[in-house]
Amino acid sequence: MTVTKPGDTAELKADTTVMRALRTLRMPQTQRNRELGLLLLAFAISGSAVALVQLGALGHIEWTILYYFGALAVLVLALHIVLRFRAPNADPIVVPIATTLTGLGLAMIYRIDLAIDAQGWDAASTRQIAWTGIAVAGAVALVILLRNYRVLFRYTYVSGFIGLVLLILPAIPGLAARGTGAAVWVSIGGLFTFQPAELAKIALAIFFAGYLVRTRESLTSTGHRFLGMTWPRAREIGPLLIIWAVSLAIIVLQRDLGTGVLIFGMFIAMLYTATGRTSWVVIGLGLAFAGVFIASQVMSYVGSRISAWWHAFDPEVIARQGGSFQLVEGIFGLAQGGLVGTGLGQGRPNLTPLSQSDYILPSLGEELGLIGVFAILCLYMLFVSRGIRIGLAGQDDFGKLLATGLAFTIALQVFIMVGGVTRLIPLTGLTTPFLAAGGSSLVANWLIVALFLRVSDAVRSRPRVVIG
Amino acid sequence: MNKELRRLSVVVLAMFLALFGATSWIQVVQADALSENPANTRALYDSYQVQRGAIIAEGAAIAYSVPSDDIYAFQRVYSDPGMWAPVTGYINPLLRSATGLESAMNQELSGTSGSQFLQRVEQIITGQKPQGSNVAISILPRAQQAAWDALQGYEGAVVAFEPATGRILAMASTPSFDTNLLAAHSSSEVNAAYDVLDSDPLRPLSNRAINGTLNPPGSTFKLVVASAALASGRYTPESTFANPAQWQLPGSSDFIGNSGGGTCGPGETVTLADALRLSCNIPMAQLAVELGDAAILEEAEKYGFNSSFTMPLVSTESTYPRALDDAQTALTGFGQGDVRATPLQMAMVSAGIANGGMVMNPRMIDRVIGPDLSVQQSFDDSEFGRALSEEDAATMTQMMVANVQNGVASGARIDGVEVAGKTGTAENGPTAPYTLWFTGFAPADDPQVAVAVVLENGAGRGQQGGSNLLAAPIGKAVMEAVLDR
Repeated sequence: MTVTKPGDTAELKADTTVMRALRTLRMPQTQRNRELGLLLLAFAISGSAVALVQLGALGHIEWTILYYFGALAVLVLALHIVLRFRAPNADPIVVPIATTLTGLGLAMIYRIDLAIDAQGWDAASTRQIAWTGIAVAGAVALVILLRNYRVLFRYTYVSGFIGLVLLILPAIPGLAARGTGAAVWVSIGGLFTFQPAELAKIALAIFFAGYLVRTRESLTSTGHRFLGMTWPRAREIGPLLIIWAVSLAIIVLQRDLGTGVLIFGMFIAMLYTATGRTSWVVIGLGLAFAGVFIASQVMSYVGSRISAWWHAFDPEVIARQGGSFQLVEGIFGLAQGGLVGTGLGQGRPNLTPLSQSDYILPSLGEELGLIGVFAILCLYMLFVSRGIRIGLAGQDDFGKLLATGLAFTIALQVFIMVGGVTRLIPLTGLTTPFLAAGGSSLVANWLIVALFLRVSDAVRSRPRVVIG
Repeated sequence: MNKELRRLSVVVLAMFLALFGATSWIQVVQADALSENPANTRALYDSYQVQRGAIIAEGAAIAYSVPSDDIYAFQRVYSDPGMWAPVTGYINPLLRSATGLESAMNQELSGTSGSQFLQRVEQIITGQKPQGSNVAISILPRAQQAAWDALQGYEGAVVAFEPATGRILAMASTPSFDTNLLAAHSSSEVNAAYDVLDSDPLRPLSNRAINGTLNPPGSTFKLVVASAALASGRYTPESTFANPAQWQLPGSSDFIGNSGGGTCGPGETVTLADALRLSCNIPMAQLAVELGDAAILEEAEKYGFNSSFTMPLVSTESTYPRALDDAQTALTGFGQGDVRATPLQMAMVSAGIANGGMVMNPRMIDRVIGPDLSVQQSFDDSEFGRALSEEDAATMTQMMVANVQNGVASGARIDGVEVAGKTGTAENGPTAPYTLWFTGFAPADDPQVAVAVVLENGAGRGQQGGSNLLAAPIGKAVMEAVLDR
């Protein structure tokens, strides 16, 4: 718990800022009204995106898909109404942002379905609409059922276990879905595929938060100083090494570089937040680079990803199986979009493979231009900043760590995906939150929205307690 | 904990700033360079948004673009695709491949050549949709049709010329292929169709008229050797040669014979004119040795051997080898040994003789016409060089006329028209099928058309097929079509 010591002026000033912010924001009805206003804006943006896609690609308006969008809007409004009654003090910005991103993603997925002439359940947009319904319904359910998020603290180790099981699921024979590079999909009865790592992310965030709250004292208090930093004793490195090993196992056994990096990154960020020790970050980054280096030497797919990144524009690498063709196509798409984009429905984003999932951002960038990309990145930044803000304002360490961990996960995921498709870093297969086609990711991210709502509601509706 | 959170948010900010930087770099700073990257198909597809010009033969479009509702905006359509395939080739935006005139005239057809710059500016200013220019070709549809019809069932090719200008009047090759199949916008269908054509042993994709696997020209090459003899000034049509039924190649144990197996006519000696008229090998072999390979090479190169021509389709070089011994030189005297020729080349030999000894550069484009029907570019005739003096050319013409009137090229006779011609039956090995040839021109006194015909693989008859029976009538049909008889 935050200890306010006399003389620690920075801390004190920060706390008064928070207090002031809390006082001005503690107007429940205003919060929800603000949310409603922003939601209407989000609906308008999403609806006009779809209409523009149709005008650009078809030349006329097709009403069916707009009815579906309307149905989803009603569902989001239901979430809004539930919030009015059950969590009136919840953050008013996260739902509109999530709605806008999901809507823009849907519009682009639908746009590519039009280009490749996919219809019915073969169309990714149809499935994405259904999944959006499930995801928002899931968020509503979580807001209703989870009246007090601190309950989750009790289930720290259960969450850890669930997270691990979810990670292992795809490796279980009979469940693994075939046909993709990374073994991250679970298929039930061959009909229903799910990517359990997305949910594992949330379970592990709960576990890390609970675990770190319990152990941070011992992780913080001991150690010796070296190079200006306090280094942990050998036995306290244990948990870090275990998480590192689990992440490496994901990379090696399931050929899923992205999830491995994401989980490890989330842990390091939460560990640092909990302990305040820079040395953990140094050790963590060292381990991460060592792990990726080893993986790139041992696992051919990691090595080829890295060479496809470094030599992306080499014609041989472009032509190679598993080479940089997709990456380069995505970059050409972005370049084609330029500053203002080709206009929705008027570019050729479908030339890029996986343009609806991994390369959804280049698809949007081609048609909306750099301006659109900046707007989307700003939405993400705002969403993450709301999460971190909830963490800052949180009163108990568990809530703070949970909100921070989830917010950082979204940020890291955006960084890994957008950085990957823009050749800032080697590309690893994750989903771009809210935008990309994929049900599991959508459900998981809307659950994160629900958790943010719950934690922020608790922060704002309770009087601030400072426990010495 | 809040201190750490603030630091963490700085890290997050840095991560996002990096993303802002990376996207700006691609979408603004590098955008132009990336659009010029050869691997960038989007830039290429943009060029297909332009309505491509048509290829026009005698006022009729044989290749043109119609609007399509897919990503490429336009679909290329070919009329009579098999007949015109060697001329037009095909273009496919999907496979990024183009052949024939679609490739050779791509800049003009897509409106991107230097001479169309003003047109592009005007289109931008007036807000018109960009459009490519039309290309009018010299080929006569009726001659092309006659060649195509006559070649059906054979592996062969025809080239016809206008001797005085070098304009190509027909260029057909069989078996051919459906260019529309390869211009379709489904990569799987196009790839499947291409694979079938590419693996076909009859090689339908190759343009036998100017490329393909070259054949020995056989007796048609005797025209070149006879030209060399006249040009040397040491021979006339009455010059005589020994007339045995068998002749030992100099410096070799091998014997050669005439095609009939006997002597060349009844006498002890035979004249050059008779040797040519009856197409005998032994006198021509003697003549070749007497002339020497250097003299024949010089004359062959004057006719266009060892040169490639851009019409703008690019022909494969026909070859007359260098530095031969006497035995090898003797074989080239009747177009065997290592002599190889395209139908284009043999047509140029006839055309050169027909044009009073002046060989014209072959060309197949008459004009480039803008979308507003203005002529943007016209093409002039150009001389390749003189192969014969006018007198020698007249002498050659007389000998070639005799060949058709009362020699071994009787299959090319046209009622009421004096035809000059020469057949050839080339051997490809002891048991391999012959290559059958005909080349000639008509009318002999005022040549309007010169033609060459090749039938590969023995015209399906192994070593039984005769060039006078099979190849000469094809030449006749094409000449008749040009003369409109």
